Amino acid sequence: MRTVVPVTERVVETPSTVTLRFPFPAPADPGQFVMVWLPGDDELPMSLSYSDGPLKGVTIKAMGATTHRALSIRTGDLVGIRGPYGNRFDLSPRRILVVSGGSGAAVLAPGAERSRASGAAVTVALGATRAPELLFKERFRAMGARLEVATDDGSEGTKGFVTVVAERLLETEGFDAVWTCGPEVMMKKVVSAAARRSVPVFCSMERHMKCALGMCDACAIGPYHVCVDGPVFPAEKVAALPEFGSSHRDPSGRRVPL
Amino acid sequence: MAELAVRCAGVHLRNPFLLASGIWGESGESLAGAWRAGAGAVITKSIGSVPRPGYPNPTIETYDRWGLLNAMGLPNPGIEEYPREIEVARQAGATVIGSIFAGDAEEFARLAVRMASTGVVALELNLSCPHAEGFGTEIGSTPENVEKVVRAVTKAVSLPVIAKITPNTADAAGLALAAERGGAAAVSAINTLRAIAIDVRLRRPVLAHGLGGLSGPAIKPVGLACVWQIFEKVSIPVIGVGGIATAEDALEYVMAGARALEVGTQVTFDGIGVFGRLARDLSGLLEELGFPRLEDAVGVAHGAGPVASR
Repeated sequence: MRTVVPVTERVVETPSTVTLRFPFPAPADPGQFVMVWLPGDDELPMSLSYSDGPLKGVTIKAMGATTHRALSIRTGDLVGIRGPYGNRFDLSPRRILVVSGGSGAAVLAPGAERSRASGAAVTVALGATRAPELLFKERFRAMGARLEVATDDGSEGTKGFVTVVAERLLETEGFDAVWTCGPEVMMKKVVSAAARRSVPVFCSMERHMKCALGMCDACAIGPYHVCVDGPVFPAEKVAALPEFGSSHRDPSGRRVPL
Repeated sequence: MAELAVRCAGVHLRNPFLLASGIWGESGESLAGAWRAGAGAVITKSIGSVPRPGYPNPTIETYDRWGLLNAMGLPNPGIEEYPREIEVARQAGATVIGSIFAGDAEEFARLAVRMASTGVVALELNLSCPHAEGFGTEIGSTPENVEKVVRAVTKAVSLPVIAKITPNTADAAGLALAAERGGAAAVSAINTLRAIAIDVRLRRPVLAHGLGGLSGPAIKPVGLACVWQIFEKVSIPVIGVGGIATAEDALEYVMAGARALEVGTQVTFDGIGVFGRLARDLSGLLEELGFPRLEDAVGVAHGAGPVASR
């Protein structure tokens, strides 16, 4: 069953991302996702960017037609929520490197927040195309994470890809785990960099999704289904799959380049 | 433990539990995974002539463990792309049955020829999807159409042909009889029951397509009744489908006349491990009830079937 609830809060996070908060008391953990139904439109999988407490939240980035329309949702509009689905980040590591590309921070922030609250050291390598698109920069600061920024155009922090920052951090410092979410090509680089240092990596994966119940096969990657076996995968499960960083399935199930 | 291996529609099945069409069947790795988990054979997603994205979401409404409503809209990569997925499953050793759907008898026959060349051991004709305009139930709801489609396919290919029958009709057994006349090697029954869910706050159907099909434990008694009536009318094997969650459900279908079974929705509740569990449990249950082999129990509830030795 889904719950139809009003959006109670809408926050413009960056020029291309908006957070919607809504009452959804079911317990959830960092890394899990919900299916968000925009009545009359579509239903999309979205990781919880706020997973604690009764007021959950998702942070939507304008990517395709539906997400563009989703940005125009206002406070008071009704949305359908089902879930939470999927697995979660293991919060036991004490020294965590978070590597976020673009809207990946939406997935990674709740786990970073909980880990900080339990006293873990959290370093965030936060990447975006340009400074105004750095998602949850203030939120990471407020939780007491150490922040290293990279922008493609050099408008803030290191100029270039966030993977460069991540590689440098991995070379110079010790971490117990790396959490990453962003474009798969980026995650692939993070995985290889961490592998050279023998640091375990956990990737939050995204695929086209329909049922979210492990049935319809839309989100199949290798022998896994992102909806029930993920979305958080230890790198050793996905790194060797030919699809990783290279292809996904379109709504018809055809394998198409990422 | 009782013997579960059975021949059905000319196909050797290591156990009667087949992965139902539409579940896990888009990717070859998934089909292989279902086979490794212990499915007796795996049935592909229903494949059409061209790639089809299916309906927009929501495509699913969930309930507690009693049922599942879906209108996926027959998404599939199309027959040009799909053989590579079958090959992946076959490389893993899987016994693969190819499901196809089409808009008329001629298209069915053309598709059947293509599907038959992929290494599948049998074809299942989707004559029963309840929510796709121009396909499924719309093709398979009259005996005349069913017979015409099945005959066109059996003329075109030498593989065994299974006709999947709709329950959304007054006379499912009449459709099964038509399939038998058309040359089907077996019939499978039932597909989902046409159904709908409405959100009262939004005053609209939940599924993007509106109408969908109900599956899961809620439909078991309906499926059983169809299998029961079909068994009394036809002499070809019947494959029972609909709400099988436990070995006892499975044995109900067998005693109603099913020689093999399809399992789908339960995968969403129990994961793919459901296949191993059902096979173990059914073997134990048959033995406990005095049946050395699965086939000894087929149709016994009719009183006319083989009598178990005790």
